[in-house]
Amino acid sequence: MLQMLTKRRLTKALRQTLRLLIIVATTFVGLLLITFLIGRVVPIDPVLAVVGDKAPPEVYEKARIAMGLHLPLWQQFVIYIGNVLQGDLGTSVLTAKPVTEDILRVFPATIELAVTATIIGVLAGIPLGVFSAVKRDSILDHITRVIGLLGYSLPIFWLGLMALMVFYAQLDWLPGPGRLDVFYEDIVEPVTGIMIIDCIIAGEWDIMKNAIWHLILPASLLGYYSMAYLSRMTRSFMIEQLRQEYILTARVKGVAEWKVIWVHAVGNCAIPLITVVALSFGGLLEGSVLTETVFAWPGLGLYLTTSLLNADMNAVLGSTIVVGSIFLGVNLLSDFLYKVMDPRAR
Amino acid sequence: MSQQSPQMNGTKAWLLTDTPGSAFQAASGRFYLGLLDFFRNRLAVVGLLIIVTLVITALFAPLIAPYDPVAANLANRLQPLSADHWFGTDELGRDIFSRIVWGSRLTLYVIILVAIIAAPVGILVGTVAGFFGGIIDTVLMRITDIFLAFPKLILALAFVAALGPGIENAIIAIAITSWPPYARISRAETITIRNSDFIRAIRLQGAGPLRIITKHIMPLCLSSLIVRVTLDMAGIILTAAGLGFLGLGAQPPSPEWGAMTSAGRSFILDQWWLITMPGTAIFVVSLAFNLLGDGLREVLDPKSDS
Repeated sequence: MLQMLTKRRLTKALRQTLRLLIIVATTFVGLLLITFLIGRVVPIDPVLAVVGDKAPPEVYEKARIAMGLHLPLWQQFVIYIGNVLQGDLGTSVLTAKPVTEDILRVFPATIELAVTATIIGVLAGIPLGVFSAVKRDSILDHITRVIGLLGYSLPIFWLGLMALMVFYAQLDWLPGPGRLDVFYEDIVEPVTGIMIIDCIIAGEWDIMKNAIWHLILPASLLGYYSMAYLSRMTRSFMIEQLRQEYILTARVKGVAEWKVIWVHAVGNCAIPLITVVALSFGGLLEGSVLTETVFAWPGLGLYLTTSLLNADMNAVLGSTIVVGSIFLGVNLLSDFLYKVMDPRAR
Repeated sequence: MSQQSPQMNGTKAWLLTDTPGSAFQAASGRFYLGLLDFFRNRLAVVGLLIIVTLVITALFAPLIAPYDPVAANLANRLQPLSADHWFGTDELGRDIFSRIVWGSRLTLYVIILVAIIAAPVGILVGTVAGFFGGIIDTVLMRITDIFLAFPKLILALAFVAALGPGIENAIIAIAITSWPPYARISRAETITIRNSDFIRAIRLQGAGPLRIITKHIMPLCLSSLIVRVTLDMAGIILTAAGLGFLGLGAQPPSPEWGAMTSAGRSFILDQWWLITMPGTAIFVVSLAFNLLGDGLREVLDPKSDS
């Protein structure tokens, strides 16, 4: 009997996993289809870009066959999927290097920014949301609402520029754009690509201090948007929990109020909050495109926009695939954590 | 209700009667109650007023703007705020106030076109998927999910890359990335009403799927769709401004607010008004749409409180 039960449970888990995998696979192929088709409709002839417009027709034809462009579209797509799965995103016209290599070089800068911002967002946004749910319609609750509303209404690039204007240009409290002051650049060997860690490895404490100063403004900017979103979501999750009867039971039993809120209620918000934090991390990748442009932060966002303005299609589509895949991966991870943590979802 | 308040005048009594004599009377009564609800929300009214101001500004831009928005006047460049130039002048000596006034046309142009393209696509996909179910539903929703699974701005950037920079292409790119949530909402609404008795009754009278979807299901999806589109307007404005800022939306010399902010970047050390003014315009308008959207949600969609 028991054996049968565990077996049934196992097959159910297996079927669920399989279903999830199919969904992820189709979504991924869908993303590749979109980027592939975008690559096809671009009015730039990829063959001409390689051989130049003075090449004789035989050379042109040879190059066309070498690039596989004479094959039917679906075959090209299959080859394209194969290349992407092997990590081949083509060559960048601008840097003349493989796109994958370029992305690996610039991506740690974006991670550094997005992770710091997420930490700021979680540390500030979740307590704010909890307090405003507990004390509804208090001054703090109104402040949370205003923070949320501004987060949905302020253009991120403009807020970044205003912050630069105030804290860098007027007050001179913080350094300007870039990851380091100019005279510190190219000293530290990039091991992980994350400046602060690299400085620790190299033992360059002055440079590390400089890197942290440079990180403050862009990370706080992104962190603000993360905080706006997280506080709003936390507030509504907490209000939902505080309405439940187990809260009343705990209070009647005489559990301390801080424990009722921070252990019982927040504990039960943890699961939906994970999903929301994951979503906000994805949102930060998006926000980093504009933030990196404003702060000349040499990450994936800046790479993407620079490539766009130079019509470097392989680089643009490669970055799109990478960001899309991370988005997909983060969503998958939060789904998975949801299943692990919530016994009802098993 | 009419007995309880005998002092009500004729129109009000007609609107609030418990026994409306016609569908029109019932609809007007509901509309009146909704209007009362809406006007009780002061922030939503502020939002509405700002948007009305935006529309009026856009309509009468040539009358309101004191200067030409594109003609350069280098002798007059980078002037601070003054009685002649309320918001100062930019790096080519153009009056920033006039440019913002003309830019309201572009903002309105973007949001109207995106709404006109994306909302019908979304409602069509959603109602068809929800109504037919089965394989059609699965395929359409998989496509929707693919679009939903990726960050909007990145996808819009990729489409702009393919189509080339320009405001029309930015509109197309934003529309392509905006329709999936509308499809999701319409589908959810359709599924809840698909098996209701009135749909069965209409079907028994011989109505085909086309008639049922367009005449009976779509109208019921509209209220939640309107709320969602209004709330999305702020995001659309921000995305369009972001594309403009990156140099991928409206091209110079057109007075698009995002592009104006971008042009002012080189002057943040001494000429603060160059970025402050157009950015504030973007912020105020998207704030207005958020306030209006929240207000509409409370009136039209009582299910989702908080």
